[in-house]
Amino acid sequence: MESSDLQRRYIDFTSTLFREGFLDSQYTQLQQLQDESNPEFVTEVVTLFFQDSEKLQDDLTRTLDQEVVDFKKVAAHVHQLQGSSARFSTPPMRSLCIGAQRVKNVCMAFRICCEEMNREGCLGCLQQVRQEYFLVESKLETVFRLEQQIVAAGGSIPLMW
Amino acid sequence: MGNPLPASRAAEAFPAGLRVLIVDDDATWLKILEKMLRKCSYQGRLLFAPTIARGGAALLLRVSSVLSVLDRDFVTTCSLATDALHILRERKARFDIVISDVNMPDMDGFKLLEHVGLEMDLPVIMMSIDGETSRVMKGVQHGACDYLLKPVRMKELRNIWQHVYRKKMQELKEVETHSIDEVINILRNGSEDDEDRHLTDETEMSFMRKRKDVDNKEFGDQELNDPSTVKKARVVWSVDLHQKFVNAVDQIGFDKVGPKKILDLMNVPGLTRENVASHLQKYRLYLSRLQKQNGGTCGGNMQSDHINKTIKGKFGLKSSTNMQQDWELTKYACTTENFRTHGIVANVAHVSEMNRVAPAQVIASKKGLVNGAQLGLFLSFKGMLPSIKEKACKPLHDERPVMQLMQYPEQENYSISEGYSCLANPDQDHEPCFDHLPSSQPLVTLATCTNGKDMKDLYEMKPLQPAMPPMACMIDSVSIQVKHGLVNLQDTGAICKLEGSPCIEDCYVDETCNQGCFPLTCEVSLKSKSDLDSMPEDLHLYSVQKLGCLENVSCSGPEIYQYIDSVPASEVQSINWCEGSEPSGEYLYDPVDYSLIDEYLFA
Repeated sequence: MESSDLQRRYIDFTSTLFREGFLDSQYTQLQQLQDESNPEFVTEVVTLFFQDSEKLQDDLTRTLDQEVVDFKKVAAHVHQLQGSSARFSTPPMRSLCIGAQRVKNVCMAFRICCEEMNREGCLGCLQQVRQEYFLVESKLETVFRLEQQIVAAGGSIPLMW
Repeated sequence: MGNPLPASRAAEAFPAGLRVLIVDDDATWLKILEKMLRKCSYQGRLLFAPTIARGGAALLLRVSSVLSVLDRDFVTTCSLATDALHILRERKARFDIVISDVNMPDMDGFKLLEHVGLEMDLPVIMMSIDGETSRVMKGVQHGACDYLLKPVRMKELRNIWQHVYRKKMQELKEVETHSIDEVINILRNGSEDDEDRHLTDETEMSFMRKRKDVDNKEFGDQELNDPSTVKKARVVWSVDLHQKFVNAVDQIGFDKVGPKKILDLMNVPGLTRENVASHLQKYRLYLSRLQKQNGGTCGGNMQSDHINKTIKGKFGLKSSTNMQQDWELTKYACTTENFRTHGIVANVAHVSEMNRVAPAQVIASKKGLVNGAQLGLFLSFKGMLPSIKEKACKPLHDERPVMQLMQYPEQENYSISEGYSCLANPDQDHEPCFDHLPSSQPLVTLATCTNGKDMKDLYEMKPLQPAMPPMACMIDSVSIQVKHGLVNLQDTGAICKLEGSPCIEDCYVDETCNQGCFPLTCEVSLKSKSDLDSMPEDLHLYSVQKLGCLENVSCSGPEIYQYIDSVPASEVQSINWCEGSEPSGEYLYDPVDYSLIDEYLFA
């Protein structure tokens, strides 16, 4: 494929992601941090991010699986989740990030369940969280793939702004 | 974003090469920050503080995986604040600035901040996802010089050098007040705990000289590029040194403490008065914070004759070498129970500035007034006297706790010893009582705030022991912080009540008495309620300005009553007070030089 075609597709796709709230300006910042000395920077960061969140989700599952659920601990984890999802986003007022808004909503519901000591509710929320992360992850993977294709075709990755 | 400077030039441009330590529990952030640091040409060190909760083996795996993506040269890991401190101390390569996350579950970021600031005198920046005002305030209270919100942007990180620069400027200012010889002395001896900075090298001393001659804004000079070796030895307040410091302070007595005295007592070669002064400032801040954390209670050890000691223990006094104001304020907050059994002390020094009435601030307890209850506030003013004895407060009787404070001036030009008791309504939660220190022109201001209409019963004061020496006092201005209290400070009637007569049951405003005794009128300017709202929720500031003066020449002489009218019941009013008010309400001012109250008050 022509690199220009690829680039156009890339732009389209990422614009959609921005619109839908999966990505935002922080992602652009990450891109800008990347340079020749470290061409894999963004991927590395994102990888780390997902590793982190996965661990977090595992912790959550484990905590909720126990006989007697320590809801305080669950709440703490959720707080971390909420926090970590802000990683790629600008302050909470603004819109979003790697699904942050959506994750945030889920997290809020999650915390209510914690307060109510509602185990079923928590499990449900956890499920939702997983889904959100999965969604984001797949989107990002597409982005990376596109980027790789562009580079392979000799083009340069357009910055969103 | 800029490209990194070419190596040869990098050493010259000041912010480049800044040594930054970052502490965080989140690997992703560390990575991003590391990258940013590189971009800014800062020399970063990352302190990875992973959450232990994530489990032993998993943790190790995690750490190693993180380390693999981060530059090993730059990353150290640790899990506890103590470890972090340890690493910081050990590091031969000094850091210029520390940035720390405060949301780490296994390490208290705030504690780390505090200790780093206190011990190492490094500028510390906080980072957090949470930008809530209370958090930020907490950070500032713990000594942070800035607060970054995550996600941290490149441009913000770029600017952190300003804190390092500012600190250097301040230190240089301190240095420049010394003579060169003293500086050389410092360089020669260094801090006894800081062997790294033990500068005996002649060349380095000449650098120092040169540095003083050079415009201190120039950092471009190659030799000056490494501030830690060239500028005056930065004193590291190690645990030992700090312990000596604390011992010295204890010995002197907290309220009489001054940098020179501490310095003498500590007897540490090479330590300068400025070092001690700035450390004292931090220490006081630290204490006030501790004291506040203890539930705002007065502490059990007030009930003794050694109020001096306890006061010092409980007071947070902040001193600043750049003081414009010569007054000192100690904040005290106490609860009702404590009021009964403990002494509550606040020292308020009076201001001696000509042009303004700088109110002394008395911060009352957080618990506001009970509706309809009386609030008795007693403010005492710290006299200019360096040595003042105070007796402990004792409750007079069960129902109405009474605090008695007495001070005896020791110098001849003090003709006052004041003691008074303040009586507080048991219903009230809010009864600060302030230790009263006379001054040469002592000021006594007693402010009573009432919620209700009864002005007459504003407060009740019991005299101290019958053998009260004659006293005269002058009232300076005072500001009282009352939470949700009603305060009406009467314009003309600031009456101080002095003991003299054994039983004074009621205080009341008395114009005639007032006139007879006060050449001054008391001015109160009330802030609007909206101003009040901007205050921290727990504290409202009231200032009573120019309260007046009292003269009481004999034991049974006229009593002068400090009287504060009550305002209309429904409103909480705060009184305007001089600038310099800080949001936290915990801040304290400490005069560097005590000076007498000027006659202007009586103009």
